Formats: sequence, C-alpha cells, structure tokens
Amino acid sequence: MTWRDAALPAGVFVALALAPFLGFGQSHSLTLLARAMIFAMAAISLMLLVGGAGLVSLGHAAMLGIGAYAVVVLDHARITEAWMVLPAGVGAAALFALATGAIAIRTSGVHFIMITLAFGQMAFFTASSLALYGGDDGYTLYGRTEIFGARLLEDRLAFHFACLFCLVAAWALVRVLLASRFGRVLRAARENETRVRALGLEPYPYRLAAYVIAGAIGGLAGVLLANATEFVAPAYLAWQRSGDLLFMVILGGLAGPHGALLGALAFVLVEEWLATLTEHWRLIFGPLLILCVLFLRGGIAGLLGRG
Amino acid sequence: MAEPLLELRRLNKSFGGLRVTEDVSLTLEAGEIHALIGPNGAGKTTLIQQISGALAPDSGEIRFLGEDVTRLSMARRARRGLARSFQITSVIPSFTALENAALAVQAQSGSSFRFFRPAAREAALNEAAMAALAEVGLAPRADAPAAALSHGERRQLELAIALAMRPRALLLDEPLAGTGPEEAERLIRILRGLGARYGILLVEHDMQAVFALADRVSVLAQGRVIATGSPAGIRADPVVRAAYLGEEEGEG
Repeated sequence: MTWRDAALPAGVFVALALAPFLGFGQSHSLTLLARAMIFAMAAISLMLLVGGAGLVSLGHAAMLGIGAYAVVVLDHARITEAWMVLPAGVGAAALFALATGAIAIRTSGVHFIMITLAFGQMAFFTASSLALYGGDDGYTLYGRTEIFGARLLEDRLAFHFACLFCLVAAWALVRVLLASRFGRVLRAARENETRVRALGLEPYPYRLAAYVIAGAIGGLAGVLLANATEFVAPAYLAWQRSGDLLFMVILGGLAGPHGALLGALAFVLVEEWLATLTEHWRLIFGPLLILCVLFLRGGIAGLLGRG
Repeated sequence: MAEPLLELRRLNKSFGGLRVTEDVSLTLEAGEIHALIGPNGAGKTTLIQQISGALAPDSGEIRFLGEDVTRLSMARRARRGLARSFQITSVIPSFTALENAALAVQAQSGSSFRFFRPAAREAALNEAAMAALAEVGLAPRADAPAAALSHGERRQLELAIALAMRPRALLLDEPLAGTGPEEAERLIRILRGLGARYGILLVEHDMQAVFALADRVSVLAQGRVIATGSPAGIRADPVVRAAYLGEEEGEG
C-alpha cells in the first residue's frame, strides 16, 4: 500500500508542475495556485501536530504570521536577501513555537486548544499594535525576497516552482518524520500516553520537538505568503485563519501528510471557484464543509484511497 | 545477591482519610514469583502504581537494584528495567502486535530522537520484538493490528511488550483478567517459563493460578500486609482464611 500512499501526492505534484503550461499560466491562476500551495505547506505542518502527535492547535496561523512579519521587519530595514530572510522567518516561528509550546504542551485536549488559541491571539494583537509596520492596516513590501541580489522570485513562474519545491520538501519531511523512531513515539503517545510512559518514554520532549518543527515549516510558509501577496497584515495571524488550517487538515484526512495536501488544495480552490459563481458563496461553502465532515470520515484522502 | 531485586520499606499512602497503603514492606528476589493477593479494595493496584511510579507514596522507600527510586518518574523506572503490565490491557490499538513490541524495544535501545530512518525497517528492533512475541506464542499474529486481536491475545501482547523492555523485574497486574480457562492455562504456562528469569511481582485474583505459580505469597488486607509465606503456609494460615480465603470460597 506504500506505493499508493505516495502515488496520490506524486500525481498532485506533477499536476501542479504542469499546471502553468496547461492553461493555468495567467498571473491570476498562478497567484491562486501559489496561495493554495503555501496553505498546503502550512496544513501539512499542522498535520504533523494533529494527525501525528494528537495536538490540536488552534493557533497555527501565528507561525505563518510570524514568518511573514519577519519578512516585513527585514524589508523595513532594507534587507531582502533570501539567505537572511528565510532563516529569520523560519527561526522566528520556531522560537515562538518553542516558547509557547513549552507551556502549551503541558496541557492536553480542550485546554491545549484554548491555550494555543490564546497564544495565537496574543501574536495577533501584538502584530496589530506594531505601528512601525502599519499596525492594523498592514505593510506593503518594497519588493520580493532576492536570491543573492537577483530578483528571481519576481518572475511568477519561478515563484510557482519555488513554492512547489518547498511544498514537496515539507510533505517529504513530515512523511519521513512520521515513519521514524521519533514519529513512532509521537503516534503511540497520541493513542495511549500511559503505555508510552510505562515503556520508559516521556512524551513531552517529543511533542515539543514536533511543535517546533511544525512551527518552522509554518514560518517558511509565512515567508512565502508574504512574498506571494507582497503585503502583510495582522489578519494573517487571526484565529479564523488557524481554524481554516485545522479544517484543511480534517477535510483532507488524518491518515498522512497527503491528506493535508489534498484538503488544503481543495479548500482554497473550491473557495475561489464558489466566489466566482456568487457573492453569497459562504452560504454554499459552509454547508459543504459540514457535509464533508459528516460523510467523509477518512477525509478526501480516505475517499480517494478506497477507490 | 545481598540486596533483593525490589524492596518496599514501610510504604504509606492515603487518599484523604482513607489509608490505602499502610506500612507495607516486602521484597522481590531475582528469579522468584511473588504473588500479591487480597480481597477487592485491599490496595493491590494502588501498590503496583506506587512501585511503577504512577502514584507517589506519602512516605516510605522503594528500592530497585539497590537504589532508591522512590522519587523517579514512571519513565525513568521503566528505563532501569522495571516493567509493568496493566490490569486493563494497555496497548497501541492501531499499531500491529510487532510494532507494539518494537516500540518497547526502541524505548530501551538508543535514542528515540532519530528523525529520518524508517523505524519499521530497523531489523534490530523487529528481531527483538519478534523474539518477545514468540516467547508468549504470539508470533503468528505479529502483523495483526492490536485492535484486531482477541482478548486473550491482547493479554499475551501485554506480556510480550513487558518482555520486549528487557526488564529485570515484572509487575504484572492481573495478567489473567478476563481470560477463559484455556487462555488462562496458556498464560500460566508462559508465566511459569518466565519466572526463572525475572523477578515477578504478580497481582492475581485467580487463586488456582497463584498457588500454581508463586514461590511466595503476600496477603494484603485494608492496605496492610497481614501475612507472607509459602503458598502452602498461606493456605493454612487462619488469619488469611478469615480475611480472604473464606470469603473467596463463599463467593465461589
């Protein structure tokens, strides 16, 4: 069954690689696809927590937001070089994850949801109060991140493939992590924490490491998101965004990182498609999501895996 | 060996006004099966929980391999070789039997902070796990998810997990709970084979099993050890009969 697990996402990646040459090459389509891929990355990192470690975080948007605001802070200081921006974005999000995770992971269940929500809102209000970076209004970047002085990412096609590369890397990393000794401890502790303790393994450090790794991937997605829109606002950190990410993960299915991949792509693309049909698209989108949760128990991945 | 494998020194534990463990001292020697019996509510499981580290005693000392482990966490005690099986089967349901045992091996061999190599393909883990499954007769079911195992098979898996931890001492909390006569007989055979190699502290309700397996028996009543001795001696002890065995016969 392993080949099948990999075949589905591999097909998706090939489709994403070919999309610009199959009639989705206009700037509008590429912007949409970049957005879908970036959220897929974030959803995959959240899947490591929800599906892998059993940590349902409602504050994951903060990781993206912090990655995006790292780009803003450096942009304001006229630093746009990728080798500085990327580590800064990833590192800032990872540090935030380490500091908040160290506290949040001492709790579990509903308390964990509430405490991650609280930390996420703290980050949101902090971003709103940063007058230097536009406060509530947000901040428009001077330009996209440069790679050794070259403005490669200005080219939409190049940016498309940069996003795709990061997405594939994030998917592969989470997949490998879940199958490793580390991932085995996470999965076991999700199902039966007492048993894992009785075996001599304390789940806490493993969960914290997973939280930091997920934060780092989220930070990378945030750096890309800032570049995709060339604009960063506190809304990036809002809890609704965290809710969307959680929904993508559940919609896709918790069986593996490919579930989050499918869930995020479906979520972003269907949302966009409905918005072109009617301005009251939320009236359709909401019930649609509820139906999916009710009837697709294994998520989209479960549906496709069976067929 | 001068010092016993496991030694409890004047252990006390209360829940509010209720004393569940009162001045309990007992020892477990290497290669011995020491059975702990007593009526319901005598404090057997509470005692096992204190030994394994799930509960902290109010006072007293727990010594394991000659060291004071009273203040160590459950995980640390387990790493030192104190393995516990649960009264209610506690396995990882979605893992296969093999993976359940392999996780136990993994916990005792090297760091689990390894991020890249697929754990399921680590031959050393799988071989040791398979050996533990074979020891309890579960090797043919190695690839079945734990959730799909029968109750008796899960009791066997519970035992295999404890063995896969390469323990020095086993704390078995009612390993026969809920098994049918045939399954119980099979488990008793397995336990007898294990008794020579590990120290086993056995909590069990099945008196037939206790008297067939134990080298020594301690009787717990209302949190206190009221007698310790050979199975034959315990059977004949009038205090024990009054506190426990009489009641058991009445029930049976």
